[in-house]
Amino acid sequence: MASHEQYYVPAQSKWPIIATLGLLITVYGLGTWFNDMKAGRPESSGPLIFFVGGLLVAYMLFGWFGTVIKESRSGMYSGQMDRSFRWGMSWFIFSEVMFFAAFFGVLFYVRTWAGPWLGGEGDKGIANMLWPGFEYSWPLLNNPDSKLFPAPSAVIDPWHLPLLNTVLLVSSSFTLTFAHHALRKNHRTPLKLWLALTVLLGAAFLAFQAIEYVEAYEELGLTLGSGIYGATFFMLTGFHGAHVTLGAIMLTVMLIRILRGHFTPDQHFGFEAAAWYWHFVDVVWLGLFTFVYVL
Amino acid sequence: MSAVIDTDHKGHGHAGDDHHHGPAKGLMRWVLTTNHKDIGTMYLWFSFAMFLLGGSMAMVIRAELFQPGLQIVQPEFFNQMTTMHGLIMVFGAVMPAFVGLANWMIPLMIGAPDMALPRMNNFSFWLLPAAFGLLVSTLFTAGGGPNFGWTFYAPLSTTYAPESVTFFIFAIHLMGISSIMGAINVVATILNLRAPGMTLMKMPLFVWTWLITAFLLIAVMPVLAGCVTMMLMDIHFGTSFFSAAGGGDPVLFQHVFWFFGHPEVYIMILPAFGAVSSIIPAFARKPLFGYTSMVYATASIAFLSFIVWAHHMFTVGIPLTGELFFMYATLLIAVPTGVKVFNWASTMWRGSMTFETPMLFAVAFVILFTIGGFSGLMLAIAPADFQYHDTYFVVAHFHYVLVPGAIFGIFASAYFWLPKWTGHMYDETLGKLHFWMSFIGMNMAFFPMHFVGLAGMPRRIPDYNMMFANFNMVSSIGAFMFGATQLLFLFIVIKCIRGGKPAAAKPWDGADGLEWTVPSPAPYHTFQTPPEVK
Repeated sequence: MASHEQYYVPAQSKWPIIATLGLLITVYGLGTWFNDMKAGRPESSGPLIFFVGGLLVAYMLFGWFGTVIKESRSGMYSGQMDRSFRWGMSWFIFSEVMFFAAFFGVLFYVRTWAGPWLGGEGDKGIANMLWPGFEYSWPLLNNPDSKLFPAPSAVIDPWHLPLLNTVLLVSSSFTLTFAHHALRKNHRTPLKLWLALTVLLGAAFLAFQAIEYVEAYEELGLTLGSGIYGATFFMLTGFHGAHVTLGAIMLTVMLIRILRGHFTPDQHFGFEAAAWYWHFVDVVWLGLFTFVYVL
Repeated sequence: MSAVIDTDHKGHGHAGDDHHHGPAKGLMRWVLTTNHKDIGTMYLWFSFAMFLLGGSMAMVIRAELFQPGLQIVQPEFFNQMTTMHGLIMVFGAVMPAFVGLANWMIPLMIGAPDMALPRMNNFSFWLLPAAFGLLVSTLFTAGGGPNFGWTFYAPLSTTYAPESVTFFIFAIHLMGISSIMGAINVVATILNLRAPGMTLMKMPLFVWTWLITAFLLIAVMPVLAGCVTMMLMDIHFGTSFFSAAGGGDPVLFQHVFWFFGHPEVYIMILPAFGAVSSIIPAFARKPLFGYTSMVYATASIAFLSFIVWAHHMFTVGIPLTGELFFMYATLLIAVPTGVKVFNWASTMWRGSMTFETPMLFAVAFVILFTIGGFSGLMLAIAPADFQYHDTYFVVAHFHYVLVPGAIFGIFASAYFWLPKWTGHMYDETLGKLHFWMSFIGMNMAFFPMHFVGLAGMPRRIPDYNMMFANFNMVSSIGAFMFGATQLLFLFIVIKCIRGGKPAAAKPWDGADGLEWTVPSPAPYHTFQTPPEVK
């Protein structure tokens, strides 16, 4: 706590209120859209409202982060400010860990308790009386009520695309670390190459995941509506994919900033924050690969 | 050298008259502000507005329950009232009040110039009116507002929910984003902005309890987000998380919800523990007894809060092992809580006590919260809970921990720090009147609920058996009294803002802490030069 002399307290800012309005309009649009879809109302204003809200959020992100970058580059931030950002990012990532923990918890609960009980095993095996013919197995290739929730014919083979994706994502963590080392040594060309390679690996991962989703939907009948296996599969891999997308966007922004000559070997927290996020996404994938695909 | 306070948001480091500039003028001061005191004030006013709105809904509930039979509202509307009352009080009144107190007091208590991330602070606040605007507006839509209880159990909140559930889900998302950002800000402020010499174990307990509360918030709000997201998927995208027909489980909803929900109840009480731990020493004129044990007790309560959630679900059919584990783990919470109550009582022991309004609320807090704790112990005993579950006994229990617990804690804090905020003393006579009316009204409203609950009156039902009529009438009269009294509080606060006896920098002779070293009212910017803490 030595560097108290300078703490930058920004004056008024328009970005928070724009962010609030943007998010409010976005979710109002989404909600309207979803409700109209469910009720079968053909002409919904939802998508348009959602789009407007999304634009506002995008404008806010550019503006707010732009302001922070400008302030940072004009030297307004002290070491203490830097630590505030570090605490902020660390706890944000922790909150993301808990978000995924909720879905992993669901997966483990279903596989350890709810599923076997429905199949007639264990402490609450009496639940089998609901669908007396139901036999539990994982992956769930027959659902208790197969009319409401038609089961998939098969599930994704972990040793093809998912394995490839594991290799891609783990390698991308390494390439990112190489980029970081290059940044620390101020080797700008290797930095750019390694970082660009990281983004490419992320993009390849997403492309393969898209292929996998198409295969699941069109060939295997594995969908969101195909029972709890499909639900947990798409929830976990889907949110993970969304986070890879976000992480790749963050790294792309960092790449653009590096191309414009931002960051020094000592001061590059923006880069580090994106890197932390990327490693977090990578670790989540290892959990997914183990518990969703393999086991 | 003082902190850099930039007067121009385009940001080209003005060095000129930064140090003395006050608040901007007009409405935009509040919309665009990054000042922790402005944001704290907005949180507190928002919270009070929500307290009155949620309170009005409680008045509708108590009016309907004044007599058996259906008098005033339809059952459908009654359900919306109980649901919205709970949601608004939990997420709109109690939580924002504590965030408001945190915003105002944590920088003052640790000698920081502001919160660590001031713009995000403003974002956290403004998300709340947006979220509640969205939520409350659903009451006026065709299908009606959420009607599945504030715990929104599936499948009532999925398969059988009104259309407004979609907006309810998104409103919860916005509140969650707000809470997580608010909590991150508190953690970053406490860990990074303490004045030189303010070591962790010198921090006022309010700061400690908030640090731990913030940790709880960051840990469980994302789980709530996951929970409502699964609802959204079940409702709109055909997933079967909470439907056994697809291999899911409605009980799973309750597990996920209460994994959030149980830490949530500590989120609503820990900051009150902290505030009371500042107030009781001030009016007993003795240092807090057992500071270190208070810190460890708070941490223990927070840890235990993660492993007790299924005590809300003893009757849904969980395995016997689960019942036993969650019963014993829950009973364990009595130990650190007992440490706290013991410490507060010991602080008062042989103190030179005076009973100004903050102290009255704080003493009532200790006694009445303990009653709520005891009924909690009764509910924690799994076999007994089979009798109490979903009765008014549960309603009595959690209203005893929330009203004279959380809300009295907030009132005590408000009276304690109003002189610092406004520069005026509040009207002591009216304050005492507010206390006694609240105290009597609240006990009259909630104490009889123990009796009707033990006799089997179910909660969330607009009509009831004749045998419960007398106690319900007493409850309703007490509730009306408590409700009306809060308008007196509004009057007291406005009166205090507009004038009154000027407050000294330290209006309470027994008070201790950095917040009393700055003038009253606290200047717009404080501790631009960090104080040295011995």
